[in-house]
Amino acid sequence: MAKNNKKAEEPVRKNGLFEYAPAPESPAAAGDIATSYGHFIGGEFVESSGSEALKTVNPATEQVLAEFAHGTDEDVDRAVTAARKAFADWSALPGSERAKYLFRIARIIQERSRELAVLESIDNGKPIRETRDVDLPLVAAHFFYYAGWADKLDYAGFGPNPRPLGVAGQVIPWNFPLLMLAWKIAPALATGNTVVLKPAETTPLTALRFAEICRQAGLPKGVVNIVTGDGRTGAALTAHPDVNKVAFTGSTPVGRAIAKQLAGTRKKLSLELGGKAANIVFDDAPIDQAVEGIVNGIFFNQGHVCCAGSRLLVQESIQDELLDALKRRMATLRVGDPLDKNTDIGAINSAEQLARITALTDAGESEGAERWSPSCDLPANGFWFRPTLFTGVSQAHRIAQEEIFGPVLSVLTFRTPTEAVEKANNTPYGLSAGIWTEKGSRILWMANQLKAGVVWANTFNKFDPTSPFGGYKESGYGREGGRHGLEAYLDV
Amino acid sequence: MSTLAANAPGAAGSGLADVAASEASLRRFLHGLPGVDQVGLEARAATLGTRSIKTTAKAYAIDLAISMIDLTTLEGADTVGKVRALCTKGRNPDPSDPSAPRVAAICVYPDMVATAKAALRGTDIQVASVATAFPAGRAALPVKLADTADAVADGADEIDMVIDRGAFLSGRYLDVFNEIVAVKEACRRPDGTSAHLKVIFETGELQTYDNVRRASWLAMLAGADFIKTSTGKVAVNATPPVTLLMLEAVRDFRAQTGIQVGVKPAGGIKTTKDAMKYLVMVNETLGDDWLTPHWFRFGASSLLNDLLMQRQKLTTGRYSGPDYVTVD
Repeated sequence: MAKNNKKAEEPVRKNGLFEYAPAPESPAAAGDIATSYGHFIGGEFVESSGSEALKTVNPATEQVLAEFAHGTDEDVDRAVTAARKAFADWSALPGSERAKYLFRIARIIQERSRELAVLESIDNGKPIRETRDVDLPLVAAHFFYYAGWADKLDYAGFGPNPRPLGVAGQVIPWNFPLLMLAWKIAPALATGNTVVLKPAETTPLTALRFAEICRQAGLPKGVVNIVTGDGRTGAALTAHPDVNKVAFTGSTPVGRAIAKQLAGTRKKLSLELGGKAANIVFDDAPIDQAVEGIVNGIFFNQGHVCCAGSRLLVQESIQDELLDALKRRMATLRVGDPLDKNTDIGAINSAEQLARITALTDAGESEGAERWSPSCDLPANGFWFRPTLFTGVSQAHRIAQEEIFGPVLSVLTFRTPTEAVEKANNTPYGLSAGIWTEKGSRILWMANQLKAGVVWANTFNKFDPTSPFGGYKESGYGREGGRHGLEAYLDV
Repeated sequence: MSTLAANAPGAAGSGLADVAASEASLRRFLHGLPGVDQVGLEARAATLGTRSIKTTAKAYAIDLAISMIDLTTLEGADTVGKVRALCTKGRNPDPSDPSAPRVAAICVYPDMVATAKAALRGTDIQVASVATAFPAGRAALPVKLADTADAVADGADEIDMVIDRGAFLSGRYLDVFNEIVAVKEACRRPDGTSAHLKVIFETGELQTYDNVRRASWLAMLAGADFIKTSTGKVAVNATPPVTLLMLEAVRDFRAQTGIQVGVKPAGGIKTTKDAMKYLVMVNETLGDDWLTPHWFRFGASSLLNDLLMQRQKLTTGRYSGPDYVTVD
């Protein structure tokens, strides 16, 4: 009966680990990717008025996935006009009717979640494990959550019958393409606004797939418009005189430029920018879980996270013990094919981003910090960077000051809670922070002292649509998520 | 009594010899261990559970899991016939495929040890016996020690004892410690060798993860060769988070003392999928040092047949069914 009467072969053992066989998710599950894409304006897929096309590549292979249109000023104007035209009817709908569309979109996202997860992984380079288990569940949850608010705006704490602003111009980054779209579009639609959204130039595909979902849900034409392109298209959108609200997530320099551009106009602005979060570990922390939290804080999504825990502040008395545990844990991280279900760390999103990470880590070495990475093989093609740890870092190092936006952790030490607070707050940014201690009173005291929009206690990089997210200082202003996230899209 | 502490293998030469010198010092040590964050521990166990073990890795892991099973029958209705049948199953799990590996051990009550020993003669399958008034452990110490000595005298290779959860939960850590030391002593044979001692915590009754970590260290300090989650006789038995925590404990204990201790989750592990999750936890927490039957066991009964069905699927390309594996 048995074809193969041999005992199972001993698999390859690498670095004292039992090596898992490849477990690839099928790229075909991403559905059809067209060779070229136009914009989504007024409920239709349309050609660009210009002839310039951009390419999006799979960062894990460098293969071109598709061409897409570079949005011209005229394209942007068409999209804003379509959104303006749709605004009258959309904002006049009862909230309970708008909710139906949002619930429908949320359900379709759930039904098509595998397709979207695979597409996101191919276009962005992040592992399928994350798109499947983190991004897509959160995307659906955001639409469900804001669908629930649509008919309850009178009770949201902004007075009776709060009104929408009008047309929202939204520009989003490449690190969480679909999740950032959800953070922008769900509250805007729930409150009665219409939107023109520009996805990032390296990751437009899931936004264009979302446009199909809007059609599938029967969303009225022009309520959601997608215009693709690079920074020039984004600038045209934020500058457009008929846009009432601008929401931007991305780098601090671009955010600063947008703020200047909008100064003196009546446009409402929310910015979610960079970060350099301190993840603070006290000597009474739950060590094993702290190690997991540190890993999740900096290596989740290859560290392409604005709220990443990129500065580890560890109490000097447990420095050696914690770093040993952290290195041991980092040695088990699996770097490689993002579509392999066992991959922990995928590809860096672009050649430019890889160059930036490389330049900053070189600076870290030349400034005297001690660099460590686990030994792991990297694929031949694509953009890759090993998970990296810098010890002996002080606040005066560039790698402690500048946002690296990659899988690079800078380790600093502190002696007292007060010193931890001083160092944590000593940054131009203020997006997030983490506290690890078993002492509840210290958690509360620290959270009060830290100048960061999000403070996690004994966890890190946890997101929920009910919880507001946003920054202090150069990390931006305004909040997304929760009841607070409605305010950005209401005339209050 | 506390002088036993110095003889406890786990404490020897590790700088931990004085830990059990008094109730106060033992309490200070156990309560000084790093805390466990419940949410983080459970999240990590769940993430490890999402690993996808396919093709060659799956074939290897199935055979490894079979070879780690302590095939168990612990029923009031056990008979000589039942135990012999189970031993035959352990020796030859899949009569249709002689390449299937044997299990690690057969686990029975003390009065069945002689039967199992005879039925397993000529194999290297171990006989494990539960002892110390298993599963409740509510008997006087001399009774527990006699129970252990009886199983060892009948030829048990391994003893699965239960700790006194009552004493543990009321903070009498030294009593628990000394009892493990005494049972370990009762595992000695006249020729100077010893039966291996597995210490069962009944984690479902300990309730908190902090308690599980403390019990793990307590047992290892007292000389446990293996730490085991559960008896299989209560509502909540082995779970991935509890097992992960115990794996972390043996890892840290070896780092501190140089002494390696085995881990055995037991109760409720029924499917190949479950078993794979445990092997992944061992792999990514301890590496392959522990990925052998010598250092990791599954306390299970129905798990074996599910592994065999999956094994048949891999070798033939077709799903068989419950009538293509033997029920003993």
